[in-house]
Amino acid sequence: MADETFRDEAEVTERGIDPFTEDPAARLAEQIAEQAERELEGPGLEPEQEVLTINMGPHHPATHGVLRLIVTLQGEQVIDLVPVMGYLHTGIEKSCEDKSYWKVIPFVERMDYLSYFFQMEAYCGCIERLVGLEIPPRAKYLRILHMELDRIMSHLVWLGTTALDIGAISMLWYCFRERDRILDLFEMSSGQRMHTRYFQVGGVFEDIPAGFEQKVRAFCEEMPVRIDQYEALLDRNEIFLHRTRDVGVVSRERMLELGVTGPLLRAAGEPWDLRKAEPYLAYGDFDFKIPIGTVGDGYDRYRVRLQEMRESVRIIEQCLDGLPEGPWIADDRKYVLPPRDELSTSMEALIHHFKLVTEGYRVPPGELYYPIESPRGELGCFVVADGSSKPARVHFRDPSFVNLQSLRDMSVGGLIADLIQNLGMLDPIIGGVDR
Amino acid sequence: MPDAPGLELIAQGIEEGRQNTVIETSFEHDRATLVVNPEGVLHVLTWLRDTPEQGYTFLASVHAADYLPATPRFAVHYELLCRERVERIHVKALLEDPAAANGDSPSEAGLPEIDSCTELFPTADYQEREADDFFGIVFRGHPDLRRIAMPDEYVGWPQRRDFPIGGEPVLYTHNEIEAPRWFE
Repeated sequence: MADETFRDEAEVTERGIDPFTEDPAARLAEQIAEQAERELEGPGLEPEQEVLTINMGPHHPATHGVLRLIVTLQGEQVIDLVPVMGYLHTGIEKSCEDKSYWKVIPFVERMDYLSYFFQMEAYCGCIERLVGLEIPPRAKYLRILHMELDRIMSHLVWLGTTALDIGAISMLWYCFRERDRILDLFEMSSGQRMHTRYFQVGGVFEDIPAGFEQKVRAFCEEMPVRIDQYEALLDRNEIFLHRTRDVGVVSRERMLELGVTGPLLRAAGEPWDLRKAEPYLAYGDFDFKIPIGTVGDGYDRYRVRLQEMRESVRIIEQCLDGLPEGPWIADDRKYVLPPRDELSTSMEALIHHFKLVTEGYRVPPGELYYPIESPRGELGCFVVADGSSKPARVHFRDPSFVNLQSLRDMSVGGLIADLIQNLGMLDPIIGGVDR
Repeated sequence: MPDAPGLELIAQGIEEGRQNTVIETSFEHDRATLVVNPEGVLHVLTWLRDTPEQGYTFLASVHAADYLPATPRFAVHYELLCRERVERIHVKALLEDPAAANGDSPSEAGLPEIDSCTELFPTADYQEREADDFFGIVFRGHPDLRRIAMPDEYVGWPQRRDFPIGGEPVLYTHNEIEAPRWFE
């Protein structure tokens, strides 16, 4: 017992936290010595020169989701930047391996939650190529119609939120007003406003309803006027111009090295668009232009996206003009559900329906990477089929994920306020980055 | 796409530079595939990128896949693109699983390794980290090989085929008693 008490006392004195045993004179001497040392070193660094590492996010409103940026600052200047991802990782690719092929479609839609039609097209197109299924011309046109509406919708969300980050609050309300009209159209054709599951392997789920065409035409008439109005609001806005011009410039060569695609690459002056370069579906039938920028700053990225919305409107109009008659889904009972009315009369149809719904169709062994042009760049879907009714691997090459690598090049050397602008103009969708 | 004879010429050109690099060529679904030895993958990528008449200068995607019952078990896929001719070529590097040979656990036998192509294509940075995170494939020479989507202290490689779905306990108020010391 006595031993223990003694040890406790000894520890206390050793750590020097006992005020009674400490010598006040010694402490004073120490303080004086420290003071002298500080004076010898000279004046400390000014606040602008000190290096400060801060955490931006994951819950920062300007990161458009849950992106975390570890930013090293000197004063207000960004000297280093490390993005940290994974806060929205939900293991979609893993979950897809446990679903039959047709049940994967709603999963992949939810990756990049603004461009769900593109995710569906990448996946369905990949499966169609693996099984060798040709889709009817009307389905191609309907797919393009919905994808271009989706492109406008995605760019509208981008414009509203990025302008909000830069300080133009009213843009958000205007853009979301138009976006709502597009969502109404989606609701009309498929019953859902978002994540519509409208595309099927073999075509589209349902033909467009009566009256849809008039509504889309009315939208197409109005949209160019609206885009002019957005331009009028932003293009002569002194603050907007100062915030975006000559900010975040990355050269075309560096963009290509980093694998950046989509509007970012086009703003840097490279006319690369998969819709023109390798026309998938029926994009070869349409007359549209690829807008490109010259400098590659934030302003160019904004202009390129606005012009892309105009071109999308043109594609939609041509799509309605040339919409072919005929079936909207392929007539292959091994992969496509039979029409509902046949189920009560045809035994064959009933068997096919039962097999397709319970087990699903089987895809012959093979693997394929199928790229398309999403609003953010090259969206590729890679599927490995092992001959069963479930995919062995579904992987998405998401453009936001790859494009995010260019944020460091855009932002280092600039101000922290420009970092917000760069991130907005980059337009990453964290659901797609983390998957 | 290079057609089937064009693919054979490419394979020949690669073999001239380095023997036993191309294991197999295949041409399916209108797509040219070079199956290569993992030791020679940097040679293949450099050759495809720097040979003037090839010019596959853009790396569209790098991803991995696990073909579990098969050996070699893993593959790293490179999707290369020539923007001038709009041609794509698919390079597939097959990787043995060191743990499969003697039945040891991955911690004892080590992980499959392949050279990183970040020097050739800086775009591969995040995508190689992703492959490493989900499949446990080590990219030699990668500047910053950390987990990218999973937490840093996570154990295991979730997209391997033998990793179970739904193994992660999810905490709700009704089962927090069953998960002792959940707050740590």
